[in-house]
Amino acid sequence: MSTRDLFTFRNRHFTIGVGITAAILIVTAVAGFVVLPFAQPWARFTSIWDAICSAAGVPQRTTSVAAQAQDKRLSEVVLTSRTLSRPSQEAIGRGATLAQRCAICHGPTGISRADSPNLAGQYAAVIYKELHDFRSGARSNAVMSPFAVNLTDDEIADLSNYYAYLPRPPAYHPTPLLPKPNIVIYGAPLRGIAPCGACHGSLDNKTGSPWLEGQSEAYMKAQLQAFASDERRNDISQQMRNIARALTPQEIEAAAAYYASQPPDVVKAVD
Amino acid sequence: MLANRKLILAHFWFAFALFGVALTLGAWQMFIRSPIGTWLSNPELYYRSLTAHGTVMGYVFPTLVAMGFGYAISESALEQRLVGVRWAWTGFWLIVVGSVMAVIPIALGRASVLYTFYPPLIGNVFYYLGVVLVVVGSWIWVALMSINLRVWRRAHPGAPVPLAMFANVAGSYLWAWTAVGAALELLLQIIPVAAGLKNTIDAGLARIFFSWTLHAIVYFWLMPTYIAYYTIVPRAIGGRVYSDTMARISFILFLVVAMPIGMHHTFADPQVGAGFKFIHSAFTALVALPTLLTVFTICASVEIAARLRGGRGLFGWIRALPWDNPMMLALAFSFVMLGFGGAGGLINMSYQLDASIHNTQWITGHFHLIFGGAIVIIYFAIAYDLWPHLTGRELIDMRLIRTQLWLWFIGMIVTTFPWHWVGILGMPRRMAYFDFGDPAIAPQALSVILSVIGGFILLTSGILFLVILARGMRAPQADAGAYRFALAVHQPTIVPVALNTHALWVALMIVLTITNYGYPILNLATSAGTSVPAVYVGAQ
Repeated sequence: MSTRDLFTFRNRHFTIGVGITAAILIVTAVAGFVVLPFAQPWARFTSIWDAICSAAGVPQRTTSVAAQAQDKRLSEVVLTSRTLSRPSQEAIGRGATLAQRCAICHGPTGISRADSPNLAGQYAAVIYKELHDFRSGARSNAVMSPFAVNLTDDEIADLSNYYAYLPRPPAYHPTPLLPKPNIVIYGAPLRGIAPCGACHGSLDNKTGSPWLEGQSEAYMKAQLQAFASDERRNDISQQMRNIARALTPQEIEAAAAYYASQPPDVVKAVD
Repeated sequence: MLANRKLILAHFWFAFALFGVALTLGAWQMFIRSPIGTWLSNPELYYRSLTAHGTVMGYVFPTLVAMGFGYAISESALEQRLVGVRWAWTGFWLIVVGSVMAVIPIALGRASVLYTFYPPLIGNVFYYLGVVLVVVGSWIWVALMSINLRVWRRAHPGAPVPLAMFANVAGSYLWAWTAVGAALELLLQIIPVAAGLKNTIDAGLARIFFSWTLHAIVYFWLMPTYIAYYTIVPRAIGGRVYSDTMARISFILFLVVAMPIGMHHTFADPQVGAGFKFIHSAFTALVALPTLLTVFTICASVEIAARLRGGRGLFGWIRALPWDNPMMLALAFSFVMLGFGGAGGLINMSYQLDASIHNTQWITGHFHLIFGGAIVIIYFAIAYDLWPHLTGRELIDMRLIRTQLWLWFIGMIVTTFPWHWVGILGMPRRMAYFDFGDPAIAPQALSVILSVIGGFILLTSGILFLVILARGMRAPQADAGAYRFALAVHQPTIVPVALNTHALWVALMIVLTITNYGYPILNLATSAGTSVPAVYVGAQ
């Protein structure tokens, strides 16, 4: 017998095999696409075709419900692998010139004496994102926003590359090194809080997350509180807000104090 | 008549060596996230280990066992020298290179994406290329199995294909087609993003492609075990296969209904329509059929052996079975684990019941019981059965072999039963550590500690297995004779063409894949705005 004799309805095995398979498929399809959709108590289908489309997963837009208007701006920064790659010396130089206007708060060498973040050696992606967010209004600050609002895309990239190029501040903090608090190293698994260190250094660094070692304690505390109260909203998919809301005041204190006490030169070099 | 012993031994040794490494990682993972281990301060290490464990145990180990066993079947069942030995070695070396290529980025922490890939997580491109090489290597095996059968058919026109080879080729076709889903996901979606050509990925579509592979791959893992049930066990315990036809029908059913059911892995995914979820759920229920047929046929075959040995009575024959025979022991253990695992599987495939255990430790317990338990214990038995024929030396210490099998069985039960239990209590999967100090989950600590103990029993058993095989390489030489497969009560003389060829069933498999996957894939692929930014592992 050749395959020609196999694929014919004269072959009992072919007829039975194909017949049973087709029957099962048809029965399950009728059940899944017609019977079960109508069996749902909430079902409001206009026709059988409507039910079939719904069960098949055809994307549907309901016109009766208007999309909720977004009154607050969200971060729109897009970072690709080419956005900040290989800055030229000229670009860094342009960034240095532009950075003179930042020096009043962030220090002439990117090291702040005013409880503003130290920018020297910060990841370029971080500065790039924050400047974009200040410019678009996704993040706002009475002092910072006016500086950012007139920057061009190229100027933001140059500034980011310049600060990333500067050496990180030396370990000058007088406070003794604090032991690693649980919230930094382990998070709180039962409250769905990932360890701070999983994104911000100490364990690992994730794109767009700043390293925090040696930053101002008051600044970090204020930012965590701002995230918790929804006052700051430029985190992607609410990841920082979800964490900050679940943190206890003691954990906020502990995390801010710990990172402030750490010398920046221990920051894990991954770039 | 095994002419290419080195080829088969190479497959087995590489498989078992990697298995040993992955097993050790598995035991460490169980320990480190249990109440007796201290919390891992870097969870990334856990996911790194988990990726290595899954990649080896899911892709490399069973594939190599199926390949090595497949070559042995082809040579011994068809009684003809393997055609395409050079290609077989090429396939083997592709897998070796692919495994090394995949493991290096994992070890460096650049590909901690788990073996299920989980886009939009994107790891180092060499990890994915390594997996692709492993699959390509195994596709060479698929082609060789098909070619060897064709060569044999030409020499034996119209003759019934020996059951072992018929099943082996069915398994290879199943693998060839089921691997296409993950291959499409890797080649069309993940690798372009990992290589930096794109920055966004449709994670929902990727999950559908992966579900195409993810369920039928389990039946590919299962094939060597089922082949051993039908064609080795009855011979090893002195019985006969109750029905050759029933065996063929079981393998054919696996070919047809193992494929179009993978979406029961995506019950919680919003991008799949409920109608398709229902169809996949119904077809998953059907896949219990070939397993039930097999359990019936094998129990009948075993009863034949027992009665031939003088067993009497309704159940009295069970005592007459050769319980000191490792193959008998492995079969019994395998059936017990298959029974519990299968019962759990029925819960996973039911849309409503699944909701209570979806993404919990129940699932981890389930697939370890089925794959690590019911399937792998027969891999051990296959190795023990083949070893004297491959090495030309005898495996002497039967007691040690029995101890190893007992330990694996006890270890797997002790590991997976508490896992199922904490899953019902709601413990999630894929967590690097749990806060057992919290009153909410403190009562689960005991169950978790129990399963760690099980994990270490498994590790002990795994080490014993490797020791037995290594000692078998240096045992005194002995001629094991030709490698034979079990005979049926009624040996087939004429088999209908539908039960002697695979074409009809492969066609049905492909048609059902199109009906059950075609629209969801097309819908997602053509919908705009379904892609999300990739998240690069270890990127800054």
